[in-house]
Amino acid sequence: MSTASSSAEGRSTLDRVVIYGLLGLFAAFYLIPLFVMLVTSFKPMDEIQSGNMLALPRDPTIEPWMKAWGEACVGLTCAGIKGYFWNSTKMVVPAVAISTVLGALNGYVLTKWRFRGHKVVFGLMLFACFIPFQAVLLPMATILGSLGRFGNDLQDLIGTSLGFGNPTVNLVIVHVVYGLGFTTLFFRNYYEAFPTELVKAAQVDGASFFQIFWRIMLPNSAPIFVVTVIYQFTNIWNDFLFASAYAGSGDVMPMTVALNNVVNTSTGVVEYNVNMAAAIIAALPTLFVYVVAGRYFVRGLMAGAVKG
Amino acid sequence: MTITTLPDRVAAQAGATRPVSLRERLQDLLPKIVLAPSFVAVIVFVYGFILWTVYLSFTNSKTFPNYNLTGTRAYERLWGWTFESDPPSSWYTSITNLGTFGVLYIGLCMALGLLLAILLDQKIRGEGILRPIYLYPMALSFIVTGVAWKWFLDPGLGLEKTLHAWGWESFHFDWIKNKDRVIYTVVIAGVWQASGFVMAMFLAGLRGIDSEIMKAAQIDGATTVQLYRRIVIPMLRPIFLSAFIVLAHMAIKSYDLVVALTSGGPGGSAWLPSNFMYEYTFKRNEMAVGSASAVIMLMTISAIIVPYLYSELREKGR
Repeated sequence: MSTASSSAEGRSTLDRVVIYGLLGLFAAFYLIPLFVMLVTSFKPMDEIQSGNMLALPRDPTIEPWMKAWGEACVGLTCAGIKGYFWNSTKMVVPAVAISTVLGALNGYVLTKWRFRGHKVVFGLMLFACFIPFQAVLLPMATILGSLGRFGNDLQDLIGTSLGFGNPTVNLVIVHVVYGLGFTTLFFRNYYEAFPTELVKAAQVDGASFFQIFWRIMLPNSAPIFVVTVIYQFTNIWNDFLFASAYAGSGDVMPMTVALNNVVNTSTGVVEYNVNMAAAIIAALPTLFVYVVAGRYFVRGLMAGAVKG
Repeated sequence: MTITTLPDRVAAQAGATRPVSLRERLQDLLPKIVLAPSFVAVIVFVYGFILWTVYLSFTNSKTFPNYNLTGTRAYERLWGWTFESDPPSSWYTSITNLGTFGVLYIGLCMALGLLLAILLDQKIRGEGILRPIYLYPMALSFIVTGVAWKWFLDPGLGLEKTLHAWGWESFHFDWIKNKDRVIYTVVIAGVWQASGFVMAMFLAGLRGIDSEIMKAAQIDGATTVQLYRRIVIPMLRPIFLSAFIVLAHMAIKSYDLVVALTSGGPGGSAWLPSNFMYEYTFKRNEMAVGSASAVIMLMTISAIIVPYLYSELREKGR
């Protein structure tokens, strides 16, 4: 009896060791690339060429970071990535704000003010989330091209293009349009579970469409707003396809395109430490969001994956 | 359904005493007015543009769009290239790469995700630390992932050099520069990025399983392996389906990772159809062929997504 239980105990200790060992091994698999990026970004070049990539910097320096931010070459311009970081910020903030607000309103209408055919409308918007953007890339380029010409005409005519043809404005439009499906999906599913009785009661009391939205729905929507904003922020900040197609050169590039160009700019010695610093800077905003609001980040991913 | 009757009734009562004012009618229309801009945007920018792309694929557009229909020439060229394997055409490379990448990426992400989820579900101390570690790559852009792995897999700098320095001189790993192997490096980086997410999906599924069922099976003498093989994994079937849909959809759309990690690989050997589309449309001035490849990508994704969405929406409606 005692031998049996002690051997079972021995086995379960062994099990535990194996389980923790595997978990630790995989943790290393996920962490090592980030670790290598970090240590590399603090090493001077000679240490990279001679040393081990996993070794901590012997002579840590923040010069690669300064260089990535202020001097690195993107194509022929050598002014660092700070301008592109700013480009991405200017694009992300309005795109996230507009697509989220529209998504909230759409979700509200599609759950609390249903009309005939609401399901078809939702189905069409939902499928739009999943199309490969290659299927719309070219027509959008054509439309943005004519917007640009219109902007030029306006410029000649009244002295301002009113934002027509501005690459940042273009990308905001693109991200709002192709983000609508997801934001609508998030809010629709959230409001679906919201008690309709409250809305009805407010209607009987004479509250208008917007009053109900403002006073009843919005105060109860904080979690889904956080989820949606994070989801949109991550997607738009990380986008590369639209960015490279519609703002792929010059000083209007968003961060992802600029980073890719920094890495592929081959003038003289490739400065890996600068590349790594630039990559981390490009990743910082989304990583920061992940660290402070990981729970909501995961919820957004799940909501986008397991829809219904 | 019941909601819509309410404003109708209010309107009807009002109408009984006096004619419905413009203002009230506007109030009734308001929800549709609010929804309309988004709906129109989606119809035009998604469905309209898809039709536009389909149309272009039946023209002989080169550098600029040309709107004279010239039949299925672009598709015939793609079809011809589909079987042209010696030397491989770019299209042949792209679709066979998608096959290799898709199968390995989906398979490995699911296997690794399931394994990690099961391991994490063994009442582990430190789960709160491990889970975010497995999942954080999902917050990075493909470009950052590509840059990191490009460095890590570079024979002269990364893994190979490190193992040489540690004394394993014969270790050789140059897949990222090998045209027959480069697609596997895309798999590695892709799995690194997405497997944590699949883990989170499976973990949520595992946590949703009634612990009574597990206990009952254990009392009946089921071993842990039996328990998972016969009971738990079959119960996770919906998660397998969701994970498959998400991963398949991500695989077909993959574009950035190939660009950042391999710059297309030696001679375009790492291309996926998305890279083919971009190159042919914007760089090789073969707009019609690019559009045709986009249409094929769309049809592939639709074949996976449409039945899934349809069944999800129908179930929901019941």
